[in-house]
Amino acid sequence: MRTLAVMLLLLSPVAGMPASGGEYVRLPGGEFRSVLKYEDRKGGLRIAPFQLMRKPVTNAQFLGFVRKHPNWRRDRVARVFADESYLTHWPGATALGPTAQALQPATQVSWFAAQAYCESEHARLPTWSEWEYAAAADETRGDARKDPAWRERILSWYSRPSSAALLATGLQAANVYGVQDMHGMVWEWTADFSALLVSGDSRNQGDADSSRFCGAGALSADDPENYAVLMRVAMLSSLDADDTTRNLGFRCARSIP
Amino acid sequence: MTRSLLLVAAFLLVSSTSAGSIPTTPGNTPLPRDSIYQLPALLTDQQGRKFDWRARRGTPQVVSMFYSSCPYMCPLIIESGKAVQKGLTPAQRARVDMLLISMDPKRDTAKALASVATLRKLDMTHWTLASPAAKDVRSIAGVLGIRYRELANGEFNHSSSLILLDPEGRILARTEKIGSVPDPEFVAAVRRATALNP
Repeated sequence: MRTLAVMLLLLSPVAGMPASGGEYVRLPGGEFRSVLKYEDRKGGLRIAPFQLMRKPVTNAQFLGFVRKHPNWRRDRVARVFADESYLTHWPGATALGPTAQALQPATQVSWFAAQAYCESEHARLPTWSEWEYAAAADETRGDARKDPAWRERILSWYSRPSSAALLATGLQAANVYGVQDMHGMVWEWTADFSALLVSGDSRNQGDADSSRFCGAGALSADDPENYAVLMRVAMLSSLDADDTTRNLGFRCARSIP
Repeated sequence: MTRSLLLVAAFLLVSSTSAGSIPTTPGNTPLPRDSIYQLPALLTDQQGRKFDWRARRGTPQVVSMFYSSCPYMCPLIIESGKAVQKGLTPAQRARVDMLLISMDPKRDTAKALASVATLRKLDMTHWTLASPAAKDVRSIAGVLGIRYRELANGEFNHSSSLILLDPEGRILARTEKIGSVPDPEFVAAVRRATALNP
């Protein structure tokens, strides 16, 4: 067991190998019904085929990126791109350790950092719709969201304390597209997180807050039962692009030309 | 004669400002880590001139994002900016620039921006309307803390803020109180900013 761990460590990019990009899988896309009510798109959404990383970006991969692009080191990053807690769980500016293990998902990264990482591998962050579509699947079905058991399973993750250590990526069963860890692991950035203009609840009517968004109304829930996904939306809509948190990571996507 | 001299002077002025990326602050001191100008951004203004927004360095700015086909909120954002200016003395007014950045570069060509400037009777010695590259809009909104979503009909749902930058591009104050009556705290912050020496 111990030798296995050592071997894994040797195989991982931490041992000095260049960080390899993540592995991508192709998702077919198609008509998709979001949990959000888009007043401007009553006909529903259409997701174009795209590629998505099989797993969230790991600490080891992110370390490779930081080494190659030192302006993203925590001691050099422009504060406007990442808040004070950016990568502070790493033992050093370019070192991993018990608090940030190679195969754990990279967290405490800002949207700007996540975006720069994806750009460095000629990719981008997925849109919220792409992410939601990929996350609607389970091991056997493209859309498992109506299944109460599926919902229960995801919600049980939220009830775990957020201070618990993060799992290693790639241990959970892959969904029908071959994508892993969409649930039960971390929150994930999307390219358009700041497009999720969720209306405050009705108590805020008339407050300054409710006039924050102009135009044709804020987004609301089309499937209020689906807390599991709506909690993601609520969380993303509360973030600023420089924010970092212990449980917020990302994965990249690519358009298919 | 005077006219051609003026033209030459205008040309020189334009070419010196559109030289762009050279910061106007004394020396080429590095930008502070919390300056929004850390984000590289090339903008095109209402006259079609391209400039690096770092060329704004050295002068406090009141910045907002808008789109020119916006029927309700964006005219209000512009009126708010004018109301802030009205709350300043002429000397203070001369020391702060107003920058409106479009979230709709597809439609907001120089011509579209120029027609907003005319329609809203903006004093173009202190106002600039500009469009970024489409790929930079979300990042610019990110450093400014502005949220938006493009709707299927081409309109935008967006948060509305006026943001005050110091000469180095650091955010000093912001207000979400938009309208013809300016937010007094925000105006006070602008007054203080005009006293800052770059």
